[in-house]
Amino acid sequence: MENATSLFNRFRAVVGAGLLALFSLQNYLLHDFGFSWKVANIDAGTTCVLLAGACLLISNNLKYYQPEKGRSVFILALCLVLSLLWLGACRWLLPQLLTDPAYKVFLIQSLTIRFCISFLIISCMAMLSALRYMQKDQKANEARKLAAETLARDAELYKLRQQLQPHFLFNSLNSISALIGFKPDEARKMIHQLSDFLRGTLKEEQQWVTLSHELQHLQLYLDIEKVRFGHRLTAVLQHNDAADTMLIPTMLLQPLVENAIKFGLYDTIGQVTISLDALVIGGQLQVTISNPYDPETAYPRHGTGFGLTGVKRRLYLLFARHDLVEVKTKDQVFCITLKIPQSLKTEDSNLKPNT
Amino acid sequence: MPVKTVLIIDDEPLARSIVQEYLMQYPQITVAQECGDGFEGIKAIIQHKPDLIFLDVQMPKINGFEMLELVDQQPAVIFTTAFDEYALKAFEAHAVDYLLKPFSKERFNKAIEKFLDQPKKPEATTALLETAASSPAQHDRIVVKTGTKIKVIPVQEVIYLEAADDYVNIHTANGAFLKNKTMSFFEQILDPNLFTRVHRSYLVRVEQITRIDPYEKETHILILKSGAKIPVSKAGYAKLKLVLGI
Repeated sequence: MENATSLFNRFRAVVGAGLLALFSLQNYLLHDFGFSWKVANIDAGTTCVLLAGACLLISNNLKYYQPEKGRSVFILALCLVLSLLWLGACRWLLPQLLTDPAYKVFLIQSLTIRFCISFLIISCMAMLSALRYMQKDQKANEARKLAAETLARDAELYKLRQQLQPHFLFNSLNSISALIGFKPDEARKMIHQLSDFLRGTLKEEQQWVTLSHELQHLQLYLDIEKVRFGHRLTAVLQHNDAADTMLIPTMLLQPLVENAIKFGLYDTIGQVTISLDALVIGGQLQVTISNPYDPETAYPRHGTGFGLTGVKRRLYLLFARHDLVEVKTKDQVFCITLKIPQSLKTEDSNLKPNT
Repeated sequence: MPVKTVLIIDDEPLARSIVQEYLMQYPQITVAQECGDGFEGIKAIIQHKPDLIFLDVQMPKINGFEMLELVDQQPAVIFTTAFDEYALKAFEAHAVDYLLKPFSKERFNKAIEKFLDQPKKPEATTALLETAASSPAQHDRIVVKTGTKIKVIPVQEVIYLEAADDYVNIHTANGAFLKNKTMSFFEQILDPNLFTRVHRSYLVRVEQITRIDPYEKETHILILKSGAKIPVSKAGYAKLKLVLGI
C-alpha cells in the first residue's frame, strides 16, 4: 500500500514538472511573439496555475468516482466542462491583470488554440489518473483474492486431514469395551494406542515430517486395526534408512492405508495382507500401498473413497501437480503409488518443510 | 421357559465377544454360533433356524442388509452398528431394534427384554430392507442367490431386467439371475438416465440399444447389442424418445 502511495506522489511530481515545462514554453513563445517578459510571465503563470487547479480537480474527482466501463463519455464531458471553465476564468482574469490593448486582441484571437491545448492536457490528466486508480484497485483486489485463496486452501487442507472415520473410532471403542471384561491390560494398551493416534491427527496440517515419523504414527493405527480384526489382518511395512529420512506431509499415508484395510477386509474373506513399500527414486520419495481385492464383488470404486481423492487434492495443493498419484489394479491387487518431491517448487514460503 | 437360540454375526471377534458376555446373564438364551461374515451367517441361519440374530451392518463381501435379503425365513434381528447414518434412518423408520457400538449392558438388556416380550415382526424387517436397499450406497450392485451360491452383480453389468411373476430376472452378459423384488423397486433405485422402463415388464439399459423397429400399431421393438429383442409399449416409446433426445 505504501509503495502505491509513493508511486502516486511520483506521478504528481511528473505532472507538476510537465506544467512547469508548459509554463516555460508558453513564456518563451509569448516573448517570441513580441510581448515583454513581464506580460509573458503573467499570462503563462495565470493560465498554468489555473490549469494545475483543473488537473487537481479532475484527478481528485476520479479518486472518488470511477465510471463503469463504457461510461467514459462522462469523463470526456467533465474534461470539456473543466476546459470551458478554465477558458472563462482566463478570459476574465487576464484582461484585469494586463491592460495592454494589443495583448487583449492577441488574447481573443488565441482563445481557440488555448482551449484546445487545455482540453488535451486535462483529458490526458483524467486518463492517466483513471488508469492509476484502476491499477491501485486491481492490486488491492488481487491481494484480497490471494489472501482468500490462501485461507480457503488452508481450510481445505485442514478438512482433508480431519477425515478420521467415525466408524473407526466407534468400533475401536467397542473393542475396548469388550476387552475390559476379560483382558483389562490389553484394553488399557489399546486406549493408549488410540489416544496417541488421535493426538497425532491433531497436528498442524502443513507440517512435514520424516517418513519414519509418519510410519510410527501409522503403526499405531495398524495396531488398533489388528486388535479389531484379529488374525485376519497382516501389515508389511518395507522401508530402508534412506527412505526413513525423506520428508512427507503429515498424515498423508493414513487415509490410503485406511482404504487399503477397508477394501482388503471388506472385499475378501480370510487372511488379508496390506503392504507398504517406501523407496527413494531420483531424490524423490516413492511410497506404494497395496491391498488384495476381488474384482468380481468389489464395491464399484467410485466410493473408494474420499481417502484417495483427498490425498490427490492435498498433493495438488502442495505441488500444483497432478502426476504424483498412480493407481493400478493387477492380479486382484489394488495398488496406489505416491511420489513425494523433496524440494518444493511453490512460491509459498510457509509450505516449506520445517524440520 | 423355552430356550431361545441366537446367532452373532459380526466380522470383528471382539464385537462378538461382548455380545456373548452380555448374554451370559440370560440362561434362557443360548448362542448357537458366531459368524464372521454374511456367507457363514446365511448357512448358520438355515442350519440353526435361530429365534434372534445380532447382525453387524458393515461386513466383508456382503453387508448385513444384503445378507438378510437372501434369507427366506427371517428371524428377529437386532442390528449392531458403529456408524451409518443411512442404516440408522432405516432402523428408526421401521422400529427394528438396533445397538450403537459401543453399547452399554443396560441398553443391551433393554433390547433383549423387548425381544423376549414381543413376538417378532418379520414385516418390519422386510420393510426395513426395502428402505435400506434404496440407500445410495447400495445402488451399485445387486446381490442374488443361485442355488447355494451367492453372486454380487455390479449394476454396470446389467443389460436389462425382465418381470417374472413375483421375481425380476436380471439379464447380464454372464447369464440371468432371479431376484425377489418388483420392477418398480428397480425402476426407483436405478439411474433413470441409464435405465428406461420401456414396457410394463422390461427395464432396459439405454446404451445397450442398437435398433428401434416399429412393430404393430403404436408399439415398437428394441434390438439390443446382445441380440435380445424387447417389446416397447406406447408409453415406453415416449419415455425412450425423451431419454434419447429424439
